Amino acid sequence: MTYLLEGKQVTKKFGGITAVDGVDFHLKQGEIVAIIGPNGAGKTTLFNIISCFLPPTSGEVLYKGERLTGRKIFELARLGISRTFQNLQIFNNMTVLENIMMGVHIKLRTNVFSAGFRLPVVKRDEELAYKQALDVLEMMELKPFINEKAGNLSYGLQKQLEFARAMAYDPTLILLDEPMAGLNDAETNQMAGYIKELKKKGRSFLFVEHKMATVMELADRIIVMDFGKKIAEGTPDEIARNEQVIRAYLGEEAV
Amino acid sequence: MRRFNGVLHGQLWRPLLVLAAIVLLLPWFIPTPYIFTILILIGIYSLITIGLSLLLGYAGQISLGHAAFFGIGAYVSGILTAKYAISPWLAMVIGVIVTWVISYAVGMAILRLKGHFLALATMAVNIIFYILILGLDEWTGGASGLVGIPGLSLFQLNLGQPLYFYFFVWSIVLVVIVFSTNIVRSSIGRVLRSIHDSEIATEMLGVNVAKYKVAIFSLSAVYASLAGSLYAHFISFIAPPSFYITFSILLLVMVMVGGVHSIWGAVLGTAIIMFLNEWIRYIGQTYFQISGQVEIVVYGFIIIVVMMFMPKGLVDVFERLWRKIASARIKEVEKRKIAAERGDLA
Repeated sequence: MTYLLEGKQVTKKFGGITAVDGVDFHLKQGEIVAIIGPNGAGKTTLFNIISCFLPPTSGEVLYKGERLTGRKIFELARLGISRTFQNLQIFNNMTVLENIMMGVHIKLRTNVFSAGFRLPVVKRDEELAYKQALDVLEMMELKPFINEKAGNLSYGLQKQLEFARAMAYDPTLILLDEPMAGLNDAETNQMAGYIKELKKKGRSFLFVEHKMATVMELADRIIVMDFGKKIAEGTPDEIARNEQVIRAYLGEEAV
Repeated sequence: MRRFNGVLHGQLWRPLLVLAAIVLLLPWFIPTPYIFTILILIGIYSLITIGLSLLLGYAGQISLGHAAFFGIGAYVSGILTAKYAISPWLAMVIGVIVTWVISYAVGMAILRLKGHFLALATMAVNIIFYILILGLDEWTGGASGLVGIPGLSLFQLNLGQPLYFYFFVWSIVLVVIVFSTNIVRSSIGRVLRSIHDSEIATEMLGVNVAKYKVAIFSLSAVYASLAGSLYAHFISFIAPPSFYITFSILLLVMVMVGGVHSIWGAVLGTAIIMFLNEWIRYIGQTYFQISGQVEIVVYGFIIIVVMMFMPKGLVDVFERLWRKIASARIKEVEKRKIAAERGDLA
């Protein structure tokens, strides 16, 4: 069977340093997979390779059996892949509504000329974007802030907004780079709730996260990385008992 | 639909009608042809600054080379009409097409650059153009300029007449404003602003950022080219100094003073700088006996003041003033209501 997402011997070298070293991984439709590991383990690099921000030195990533590596970043959305960023990338000077309307942009067909002459397609597109954005805002409980400038929101809400924008166009696979970083417990629970909700709708998630409680709660499977290598893979229970993982996290003596 | 459009983009027709009214009424109050010339030039330069506002204020890409596109329009029109006696209208269209092709090619190459590097690259484009028009003197007349560019006429209407030309230029400006605000008030406008805020996030949402940047760069170049053609036919003589980097910088000053985030700011800034320019020259000559380019010094000062005290430009200042007046008026009405109710109770 073909996996939704599959990495084959993915390797990335920066000069003399091997940031990611021959990592194999896969993700099935409807699965939530977490990548964990100490700082500098190569998680974000792997993430950037998957989302085509970086080309791998060798190896490749497949999506639905087709080669994903080498694609342009803007092509990913049409394939059904979406991502959020570790350092928030929301549109600060735009309102919450406009941010989400950007999220459904790939469904629109307006171009510079039809916009300039205000052809009927513009009105159709604006209505479509507005309606869909409203649905998303409703679902993500962001409606009270609809006309607020995104840059003025609290950090927690900005994080929520970025997540909402990433799932606005119904992507199949959502890549989350530390979705819980900087959130308090209540906000973390809320975010975990959204992810579970979307999983029920058949979405798949691959995420990097440091908060172990969240990882254990959400993930169907966990991939553990250390010094660029995959050192373990399994269900949360298996990982919690894995000696190598404990050693990587707590040092030799702890085992 | 109408309401959410208003919420998203604000009003369109009211400022447009105000501008149209000003354009229509001004000639009745302007007696001297000298001020007419300035009004026409404001219209012509506004075409360029509107494009720059789209490029700089919305998409966040700087250009220090738009004088070159202005020049391409002017020289294509000038050479084709003065040397080859081609119809000015056809020449204008050819100028626009030539500019579009050149700006598209240039844009593809340099719009990968960001910030200072983009500024330098566009400046280089301007310098190259300047050297080319100096060097290709067989066609362009070189440093001594190109003379004998005929005036425009439209259906037997002699646009050489300042009043007619004034209305002609400003009706083009109004069309360009409508076209540009239409772009801003659509999903394209959102894309441009999102590129400004975060390019990688925009890209991740499925937008081919490079394509949009080049498209808007070319559009602004085409506006500049159109302005160039009008300028050539209006002044009937063109020479290289009008198309040097200093003019590109002046255009940026206009956009910045007016407010980069608004199409209206571009027009406002252009008008203010143009009048200021004349005023400084007048003051400098009559009171201080200075001849030469004093205005350059003042521009530097203006840029610093604008950057420090009103980074969003004059349009923003006016908008805030207007909101204050409006809210004061509402409060006044409410106060009266409360007072009236109290009166009723008593």
